[in-house]
Amino acid sequence: MENLHPVLPPEGNNDRLLPDKLGRRKFLAYVGLAASAATLAACKKDKDENNMPPAGSIDLGTGDVGILNYAFALEQLEAAFYTQVVASPYSGITAGELALLTDIRDHEVAHREFFKAALGAKAIVSLEVNFSTVNFGSRDSVLGTAKAFEDLGVSAYNGAGQLITDPAYLLLAGKIVSVEARHAALIRDLISNGSFADSTVVNASGLDLASKPAEVLMAAKPFLKSVLYAGNLPTV
Amino acid sequence: MNIQNIISEIERFDPEVYDRFDSRRAAMRQFTRWGGRLALAAVPFALGSMFNKAYGQSSGSGITAVLNYALTLEYLEAEFYTKGAASGVVPAGTPAVGAINTIRDHENAHVVFLKNTLTAMGATPVSKPVFDFTAGGAFANIFTNYDTFLAVAQTFEDTGVRAYKGRAAELISNNAVLTAALQIHSVEARHASHIRQMRKARGANLKPWITGKDTGGIGAAVQASYNGEELTDQAGVDITKFVSANAASESFDEPLTAAQVLAIVKPFIV
Repeated sequence: MENLHPVLPPEGNNDRLLPDKLGRRKFLAYVGLAASAATLAACKKDKDENNMPPAGSIDLGTGDVGILNYAFALEQLEAAFYTQVVASPYSGITAGELALLTDIRDHEVAHREFFKAALGAKAIVSLEVNFSTVNFGSRDSVLGTAKAFEDLGVSAYNGAGQLITDPAYLLLAGKIVSVEARHAALIRDLISNGSFADSTVVNASGLDLASKPAEVLMAAKPFLKSVLYAGNLPTV
Repeated sequence: MNIQNIISEIERFDPEVYDRFDSRRAAMRQFTRWGGRLALAAVPFALGSMFNKAYGQSSGSGITAVLNYALTLEYLEAEFYTKGAASGVVPAGTPAVGAINTIRDHENAHVVFLKNTLTAMGATPVSKPVFDFTAGGAFANIFTNYDTFLAVAQTFEDTGVRAYKGRAAELISNNAVLTAALQIHSVEARHASHIRQMRKARGANLKPWITGKDTGGIGAAVQASYNGEELTDQAGVDITKFVSANAASESFDEPLTAAQVLAIVKPFIV
């Protein structure tokens, strides 16, 4: 810490850092600037050296890779959910509903496998899910959970877009989020026709939800046995 | 008036002009029908200058240009649904009325939002073009035939999704604007999903998502809105290794360039 604050030179000292003509006000501004630069440097240092994830948790990582792993985690969750939905359809499911839910399963599997392949060695491990609160025999329970996942997915991608620095990754996220929004609208319409974009998800300016990773992961947490650590994700 | 010259001119701005018609001959017949208006209004040049203003470099920073481009598309959709809702084309007493009103309200909100954003940035919002939703007669019954109305609505929404996607990267330097654009983009996708379900309920063979480059039975007139959607390879990863080709194309929506979007919406702008 001794380097974080510039040492005040003694009166009259011609230190190179403090030229004679530098007035008191400028000097204070200089010190302030140096202090905040040092604080920034300290924060950056934390990032660069990796905040330590708690034991047993899965670190999503840093930078664009961290955001892609974040998306990969959500896609794993969705793919696992719809795989089970299709494997054990709820009672009273119609052929039309099963076909649509099978399509969604395939899309989520495609997303999951895409991220896994694209991330390669940087991909997080396969997550363990916890669907103990879902009654897969009940249409209400399954569609209610699906609605939560799809709206969450849309808001997650919308919120993560600004955290991505590589335009190619931004485009890939954009290619996926509209498909998630198509799912979200369909699931909502299956629950209540006409609720595809109601005021619970679209505000008065006609804007969909956008959520930060911390909020999204908090919402996803009950459905995961694996513990994710997002402490190294970019925040701006 | 020499129709051939006019077609050549349109082709300069819209290389895919013939894709929207079954054949060159059909195109000629179509343009002959449009002849009077074209002669009056040198349409391609008027459009070219309007869109240069909307998304060219002349209007200032890249971000302003993208916002004005988005605003032009939202003007189109807002007026389309506003006129549609007022026309009585949507069967009264059905849930469709509420759905179309919801979409209309969102599109109008997008217009206001984008205008306010541009103004707040010290830029000038582009002015609203004059629209012809019959596309010069190609959709003559747009506000009297519900199926035609829904078909055009589907095309506008699917195109809107692709249009936003095609320009998002240009907003990467401005977090607030990028996020807002993404938030509009996903609303357009929700609309597209619902309109597609509405068409399915009317007997059309389609899903809430785009399969291959299928138009959902609308046909060649809107093919340009779907070309390129058949992609099954993403960032060098062959998605058909994991799921069927149909699912592979459905699971990723593809972007459209500004020039492609211009070509698609041009017939609707006088």
